[in-house]
Amino acid sequence: MLEIKGLKVKLEEEDKQILKGVDLTVEAGKVHAIMGPNGSGKSTLSYVLSGRDGYEVTGGSASLEGEDLLELEAEERAALGLFLAFQYPVEIPGVGNMTFLRTAVNAQRKARGQEEMSAAEFLKVVRAKAKTLKIDADMLKRPVNVGFSGGEKKRNEILQMAMLEPKMCILDETDSGLDVDAMKLVSEGVNALRDAGRGFLVITHYQRLLDHIKPDVVHIMADGRIVKTGGPELALEVEQNGYADILAEVA
Amino acid sequence: MALDDRKTSATETRLAAMVMPDVGCTKDAREAALARVRAMGLPQRRDEYWKFTRPDTLIQPEAPEAALFDAGEEPMFSDVERLKIVFVDGVFSPEKSDDLALEGVQIDRLEDVCCKDDHWAEDLYGALEADGHDPVHRPLAALNTAYAGDGVTIRVTGKPSKPISLIYTHEDVTSDVFLHHVVRVESGAEATILENGPAAARFNKCMEIDIADGGTLHHIRAQGRDHERRAVTHLFARLGTESVFKSFTLTVNGVLTRNEAVVTLTGDDAVAHVAGAALGDGDFHHDDTVFVTHDALNCESRQVFKKVLRNGATGVFQGKILVKPGAQKTDGYQISQSLLLDDDSQFLAKPELEIYADDVACSHGSTSGAIDEDALFYLRARGVPRDIATDLLTLAFLAEAVEEIESEELRDEIIGRLEGWLERRRG
Ligand SMILES: Nc1ncnc2c1ncn2[C@@H]1O[C@H](COP(=O)(O)OP(=O)(O)O)[C@@H](O)[C@H]1O
Ligand SMILES: [Mg+2]
Repeated sequence: MLEIKGLKVKLEEEDKQILKGVDLTVEAGKVHAIMGPNGSGKSTLSYVLSGRDGYEVTGGSASLEGEDLLELEAEERAALGLFLAFQYPVEIPGVGNMTFLRTAVNAQRKARGQEEMSAAEFLKVVRAKAKTLKIDADMLKRPVNVGFSGGEKKRNEILQMAMLEPKMCILDETDSGLDVDAMKLVSEGVNALRDAGRGFLVITHYQRLLDHIKPDVVHIMADGRIVKTGGPELALEVEQNGYADILAEVA
Repeated sequence: MALDDRKTSATETRLAAMVMPDVGCTKDAREAALARVRAMGLPQRRDEYWKFTRPDTLIQPEAPEAALFDAGEEPMFSDVERLKIVFVDGVFSPEKSDDLALEGVQIDRLEDVCCKDDHWAEDLYGALEADGHDPVHRPLAALNTAYAGDGVTIRVTGKPSKPISLIYTHEDVTSDVFLHHVVRVESGAEATILENGPAAARFNKCMEIDIADGGTLHHIRAQGRDHERRAVTHLFARLGTESVFKSFTLTVNGVLTRNEAVVTLTGDDAVAHVAGAALGDGDFHHDDTVFVTHDALNCESRQVFKKVLRNGATGVFQGKILVKPGAQKTDGYQISQSLLLDDDSQFLAKPELEIYADDVACSHGSTSGAIDEDALFYLRARGVPRDIATDLLTLAFLAEAVEEIESEELRDEIIGRLEGWLERRRG
């Protein structure tokens, strides 16, 4: 599904190499987790994959179902089925959450040559999905993420994911700022989307999210590289011993 | 104070090209206004109040030509149930207008003010304009009072069932038009006045609004989209106790627009909101000059002005809140913002607060910036193409001003037009 080979990325504005050769393949139906210390390049990887400006790819490749992602505009990658749940969802005053969702859903459908969703159908679907995430009518009406609590923002990300039904979901620290109940809601939302045709890349600091969203593969990222890959037990090891041991071992 | 020679000569050159209409009982007011024009002199480029906007094409004897523009759409407010009053190049058209009779309001043509004895507007014509030159001169408004060829007087005595809609059509590429309206909202009465259309090649319009205690007036205007048209407008509003005045202006296109609003809160607990949204492209120059005076207790005022500028367009905002001694518990708010879609466009702002009372809450802010790149990426990452995302953010930027319109129907009309124009611009 997602294939990243030797990906090297520096900042456009300054001479700072952030990703130093990332190799990673996520198969359809699998959940991969990336853990790693702060500043190791996890968010940068998610941004570069989804097409944010400001980065320069200096080597390597990234593709989704064989399509070269790096050649495409951000919106084209989204239409292809790539989704990033942001670590810091953006507040957009003046744009209603519903308008935003419907514009996004229909823009993707249009890009794929599908018919747009009618207002009535959209409303029905969005209400049902919002309900399972405990997102009330008021949150749907309010401007995108404006005045939302940390947990509400993250639930809103998952609602967008549920509406857009992407093939490849990247979740960047979706657990940060969540209390136990919200963590459960979000995890249930993610688990409900798990199926054989969909891949997940879950970026997290903590094991606790992985208790709810069980990964098939766990990667450790440090200083712009994947330094270790293993099964779910790797996450437990990090939980118990921190990164120091692993980093020392691979150094 | 003696005027300098250049100012005097420019003023006399302009006046030499004018003929004072013989409109009966407004004669004294017109003569007095002409004396004001001569005393103040017409604006010159070096005048402090005109430092961001060149007045020369507004005061030269001939109106610069303005090509007609086919917008390819129904005129604004076409679907709104309203009483239509149509002016073609500044001349009232009885054929195109509706019957002026409407319950709760008395509407007369300016020329009829003279024919009727003791017409209510007789003492009001030019009065608010005459009061509106302290501390800054507005000679183009006095010029209007002296020379206005047409206009209506609107006296709201009840709650008319529909808006009064002033429609200004433009057919003559060199028309130079002066219109003057006088509005009086009586105690407890409430009405909505709409204005739309390009009006003329060069349009000078003055509206004097006197709102009695407990009266309410909504004013929504959409200035015509003819690219080459010029307009200088003045709105003088005087508010009594517990009265409400809410004005919104949409401006798209037009090579030069200067909209001045002079609002004075003279009665306690009055509320005045003045808002504007402008979309400008290329040689568009748009100036909002607003002066709000608090001269009573516990009044609220809001100024909300938003401009979207691209391809070298210029936006100007000069806004002032003056809180007079004793105007305690004043709640004053002023925001002026521009969204610059490229590096060529510019926004020039002069926000001012002048406060002579100690128990007041006043805030003002002015910003100028590009599209929020984080918001743009967020939208694009959800699959919204860049141009649509930009338009969504543009509408969002204008929203705070548009939301000043209380009527949902009229608000939706404005938003719908904005959406349509942005969409067509995308091609
Ligand atoms: N736009 C940027 N400007 C400056 N430094 C950046 C920028 N983006 C990322 N970095 C730097 O790159 C490194 C990786 O950051 P990030 O990808 O956010 O790490 P992580 O998500 O793993 O915490 C950090 O040292 C960070 O400071
Ligand atoms: Mg991060």
